[in-house]
Amino acid sequence: MSDEGDIHALVLTFLGLSLISVGGGIAVLPEMSRMVVQEHGWMSQLQFAKLFALAQAAPGPNIMVVGLIGWHVAGAAGMFLAMLAMCGPTSLLAYGFSRLQRREFPWLKRIEKGLVPIAIGLIAASGLLLAEGTVREAPPVLAVVLASFVFVWRTARSPLWVLLGGAAFGAAVL
Amino acid sequence: MTPTRGQLFLAYLRIGLTGFGGVNAWARQLLVEKKGWLSDQQYAEALGMGQVLPGPNALNCAIAIGARFHGAAGAALATLGLLLGPMAVLVCVAAAYDRYGQLPLVRAVLTGIAAAAAGMVLGTAVKMAVKLRPTPLLWLTGALALALAMLHVPLPLVLLGLAPLGIWAASR
Repeated sequence: MSDEGDIHALVLTFLGLSLISVGGGIAVLPEMSRMVVQEHGWMSQLQFAKLFALAQAAPGPNIMVVGLIGWHVAGAAGMFLAMLAMCGPTSLLAYGFSRLQRREFPWLKRIEKGLVPIAIGLIAASGLLLAEGTVREAPPVLAVVLASFVFVWRTARSPLWVLLGGAAFGAAVL
Repeated sequence: MTPTRGQLFLAYLRIGLTGFGGVNAWARQLLVEKKGWLSDQQYAEALGMGQVLPGPNALNCAIAIGARFHGAAGAALATLGLLLGPMAVLVCVAAAYDRYGQLPLVRAVLTGIAAAAAGMVLGTAVKMAVKLRPTPLLWLTGALALALAMLHVPLPLVLLGLAPLGIWAASR
């Protein structure tokens, strides 16, 4: 496929993803990997997990993984356009809504309550899919997945420690 | 207390650049606890709106907070502040990955980080689920979302099927 075709597909993919990304960036990750890995074949599941890891290890919103995918597919232009597609239209929507919000929206609360469990289920699925990609490549890292899972669940410490621990394990064991 | 436009931009620049592992916790700490620009309640409302609308939560939340203080200019400044720093870092990270990503040590370290990030996402999900204390029907909704996503069912279908169930279950 031509580079230009890839950029088109990239923009359309993230435009579509942004509009269904209720519950935030990580909730939409399973769909993102389905599009990026299976539909378009831009990378393997493991590469996807690694780009996500890079984005997590760098500062900024979780959604920065979109920029890395854009970069992988079509360089700097891909990074910029993928981010713009993912953030532009929904930003305008958020702005419009924040202007409206001079009163309470009780129905919005109810929708939120109903969507939160779906978002949590999707976030759990993201974790499992990411784990699947890495454990298949290097089975010993299952220990890292489990340790990190317990650490983040049971403590309130910065997740940065977990990422550092994972890096050390990778350097020492793999 | 109302921040000036410059203060707003700088605050979000700082949030973007310090926000490891997602920026929401860092944003709350700076805006509510350190600067006192917003009450806990006001921040929670902005975040709630950011979560229910489509799009990145942290960004939606920044737009609502920017707009609250300085209208369209405030929303634009908060957006730029939040994204510019991480984008610049990301360009460097991506270029370095292209160059060194295939070195055995780098591959091993990244696989380790990827595994840790996967566990982190799982831990976050469980933490959120426990905090929510869902009713059995809401548990079922979440479990179905998990199962369908694992089976690679397209997300629009998952949402169409489960959103009515979730909203119904939540309003009972």
